[in-house]
Amino acid sequence: MRQDTNMPTAEASDFAVEETSPASRSAGGASLSIRGLGHSYGDLQTIERLDLELPARGVLGLVGPSGCGKSTLLELIAGLQEPSRGGIEVGGASDSPSRLKSCAYMPQRDMLLPWLSSIDNAALALRNRGVRRRQARREAGELFERFGLTGFEKVAPAELSGGMRQRVAFLRTLVADKPLLALDEPFASLDAITRAEMQEWLAEALAAHPRTVLFVTHDVEEALYLSDRVAVLSARPARVIDELRAPAPRSTNRDAAVTDPKFVAIRERALLSLRKGATKAPERW
Amino acid sequence: MVTMKRWLPPLLFLTALIGAWQVAASTGWLADALHLEPFLVPSPAEIAESLWQSRALLAENAWVTLREVLLGFGCAVLAGLVFAVALHLSDLLRRVFYPLLVASQTVPIVAIGPILVVWFGYGIAPKLWIVALICFFPITVNTLDGLRSVDPEATKMMRTLDASRGQILGRVEAPSALPYFFSGAKIAATVAVIAALFGEWAGADSGLGVLIRQDSAQLETARVFAAMLVLSAIAIGLFAILALVERRVVTWR
Repeated sequence: MRQDTNMPTAEASDFAVEETSPASRSAGGASLSIRGLGHSYGDLQTIERLDLELPARGVLGLVGPSGCGKSTLLELIAGLQEPSRGGIEVGGASDSPSRLKSCAYMPQRDMLLPWLSSIDNAALALRNRGVRRRQARREAGELFERFGLTGFEKVAPAELSGGMRQRVAFLRTLVADKPLLALDEPFASLDAITRAEMQEWLAEALAAHPRTVLFVTHDVEEALYLSDRVAVLSARPARVIDELRAPAPRSTNRDAAVTDPKFVAIRERALLSLRKGATKAPERW
Repeated sequence: MVTMKRWLPPLLFLTALIGAWQVAASTGWLADALHLEPFLVPSPAEIAESLWQSRALLAENAWVTLREVLLGFGCAVLAGLVFAVALHLSDLLRRVFYPLLVASQTVPIVAIGPILVVWFGYGIAPKLWIVALICFFPITVNTLDGLRSVDPEATKMMRTLDASRGQILGRVEAPSALPYFFSGAKIAATVAVIAALFGEWAGADSGLGVLIRQDSAQLETARVFAAMLVLSAIAIGLFAILALVERRVVTWR
């Protein structure tokens, strides 16, 4: 594996998903291509010459030191912001309105609306598209059943546990039925046990509903367990300083996966890159 | 039992206060201390008596004031909501109208009241204007704050879920603003009564304000207090209704 590279890596064939549920509705995913991306807020440069390639249905984890611009990167990809330089293509389209159309974004906190029940929160995208309430609830309800949330449809978000809230928030992203999912530290607020459970849950969910997924985390282990590939970002301004391939992509047994010597070796290398990148003095502020 | 415990302290305090007033007034001690004739310092018992004896007169005038309060308050709610949404959606409108909104509160009601009477006559119209003018401000400012209090992350989330501007307003911003709206409306409800009184003083032939004015001129102090009690009851009633509706509507807090 190359180190300190900005070159696009990997081919689509590396990310073929073995298990595809017949029930999955979406087309599956869109490819993502980022070239020479730069972004700044006023004088503050947050992202510099960043390149990333992600084939359809690939899962890419982004790790980097805090405040390195990971969230900004997700917002740029999702079409919520315009880059200052360079281009982002999602499924071949590069303008921000079409990126917005093909990308579902899950913010760091769950952002469930307290005045809606769980099912109505999950069905938001359908309601926004003009689907009638009953029909939207039925469609979202199918996913509730499939992901072990049966019985929680009418429960208010405030009455759900942290893990359950994240599940509903993820289903809301999934119900939007978009080819690219951008997840911003989806499990950051959870305790260690719930977190491990949720990682397994997400791995299964993604196996059943393959999408192109980009997710930000500060947990290297989580990134390696859930992704096909992990990009390590430097401190601000963010650049890709290392890309690693996960050893056994998305094994459902998390404990076995993360203690595998191969997994541990790659995790140590990722941590080393992360530390090197974090101490790298920013070129300008 | 729990409600008893909650209501006992304020009830005890009120009883003690009224009791002390009763003693101080009926023994003539209060009038002596103020160097006044005793009939100018009515005791609670005398006020209650006046309240009972003049009940028809009070009710008749209270109905006039109540109508002014309710209609004026209703106009203020409508105008406040329209303004808040418009100022929220348009930066330009906000820049233009926000200073005017604040300026509207510096208009001295005492000065503008008679002018409004000249413009709109002795009927209900000038009172509605005054009540609405005063109530409109807390409703608009609070609702606007509420609309703007939405977490930007929630807005981003909605945008990636294909929400239009109107849908973000209806599904996220409006519900977030509801508790703020109710805070503003509750403040407005209490000042609405005072505003109606001012309106009646500027020119009217009936209403509690007119009654209070006549009675204080004729040194009917007991009935002045009785009319004030009725006014308070109107304000408290309106406030309580709003609090009740709020509890019914804002269930997630």
